[in-house]
Amino acid sequence: MKATSPYMQDLTRGIIKENPVFIALLGMCPTLGVTAFIVNGVGMGLAATAVLIASNLVISLLRNFIPPQVRIPCFIVIIATFVTIIEMVLQAFQPVLYEALGVFVPLIVVNCIILGRAEAFASKRPVIRSLLDGIGMGIGFTLALFILAAVREILGHGTILGPDPDSAIHLFGANFEPMALFAQPAGAFIALGLLLAIVNLLFKRFNIN
Amino acid sequence: MDNKMVVSSSPHIRSLESVQSVMIDVLIALFPAALMAVLLFGYKALITMIISVVTAMLVEALWLRKRDIFSDGSAAVTGLLFAMVLPPAPPWWLVVVGVASAIIIGKQVFGGIGYNIFNPALVGRAVVVMSWGGYLVGRVWSQPQPFALTADISAITTATPLGGQEEALAVSLTNLFIGNVAGCLGETSTLALLLGAAWLYYKGHIDLRIPGGFIGVVFIMGAIFGGGFYGGALTTGLFHVLAGGVMLGALFMATDMVTTPVTAKGKLIFGIGCGIITMMIRLWGTLPEGVTFAILLMNAVTPIIDNFTVPQQFGGVKKSA
Repeated sequence: MKATSPYMQDLTRGIIKENPVFIALLGMCPTLGVTAFIVNGVGMGLAATAVLIASNLVISLLRNFIPPQVRIPCFIVIIATFVTIIEMVLQAFQPVLYEALGVFVPLIVVNCIILGRAEAFASKRPVIRSLLDGIGMGIGFTLALFILAAVREILGHGTILGPDPDSAIHLFGANFEPMALFAQPAGAFIALGLLLAIVNLLFKRFNIN
Repeated sequence: MDNKMVVSSSPHIRSLESVQSVMIDVLIALFPAALMAVLLFGYKALITMIISVVTAMLVEALWLRKRDIFSDGSAAVTGLLFAMVLPPAPPWWLVVVGVASAIIIGKQVFGGIGYNIFNPALVGRAVVVMSWGGYLVGRVWSQPQPFALTADISAITTATPLGGQEEALAVSLTNLFIGNVAGCLGETSTLALLLGAAWLYYKGHIDLRIPGGFIGVVFIMGAIFGGGFYGGALTTGLFHVLAGGVMLGALFMATDMVTTPVTAKGKLIFGIGCGIITMMIRLWGTLPEGVTFAILLMNAVTPIIDNFTVPQQFGGVKKSA
């Protein structure tokens, strides 16, 4: 592998090579919970990304002031602050999405990806690198949610851009009878399992890692 | 020269039994039920079975990149069993997607034959029930028309005997035994299933502990908790045994060699567990029938059952705790 700058590595690591969902298997709760529709999945991904970038930035700035004994509570307070902001923003400007995501928005506070990056990366690295890491991991998370949601929405509902009937496009015509299993929680697990298998197969084929 | 002594390591005696021979025995055992399905539900049942078996073999051959599409025969068995737990005349795409799910999600992703955790045919059924329940739940079941081979059976629909008390009281135990009731195409005829199971038992492929435990518990729980609606406690118990998928499930699916315990005690536990879960779903659940999910749930705990029922070695000493 050619030598790339650490900044570039920080940015790209989270997208494929250390994808938080497909490789690290973190943040499974929103991954399985809100991916019945692409809009919800991507909305969740972007909300978490915003929190992740902001919390990485602030935690990195404060890394020399946070006593190591109480670092986890400090991280939680910082993350919770941004989650509250995001929650209010969604509620004000995207009420439909906010309703659809439901309890999963406040649950971003305990999202393993965000807490994990804070503990493993941002609390030990300089600001710029933490920021890039947050962006990369956020993109990776959003991408994974998009792929899973696309599989589930196309198979489980036969649409894209649902659930809003005005924007929903029926890919296979109105008479198509979708495979409702994939719209249900059980289908989320099956779809995720199959995607993980495909990801592992591709990694093997292209010799990543 | 020819009389040279052959020096080799054990085993010295080999069985003629192979995976293929066992699977062919299972296909023979399923023949009476398949024949009965065609007699009761006409040509549409035959078409459903053919689509299912052919698709199963094609999907497996494609997945394994093999030309020999019959191969060890396990795909054909899965295909036929899957057809037997479908309504007599479902849309063709439902059969194709269901059986492909059975082969791929139920079997091949775990590593193929011998490695699957769940019974593939029942995985297929669970997939179609959860995806297109409209074809399998409610008053959508074709009324059988015995010996009317070319009749369009989808014209008259009803609920299965388990689907409503009125329907249950309308059928006699004799009809339930012969199979002249609405239901999945292979599950209705207890008589045909028993004939097939007798063949499997004669060939030594099934152990009576699983069906015994399963059917016994269904009978006992039906008699005790069934409320005696079918003219008395004992007849209600018998009704629960004969109606729905208990016979097909207990004789052909709960006895699958791969997904059930290997120990003798474990087999009994497995059968009893299947019976209890089935009756809990039937009596106190929202679904009319619970055989599919009962067997799938017990499949999931099979490794634990095996772990806890390892028999003591002959002459061995009990481990002190």
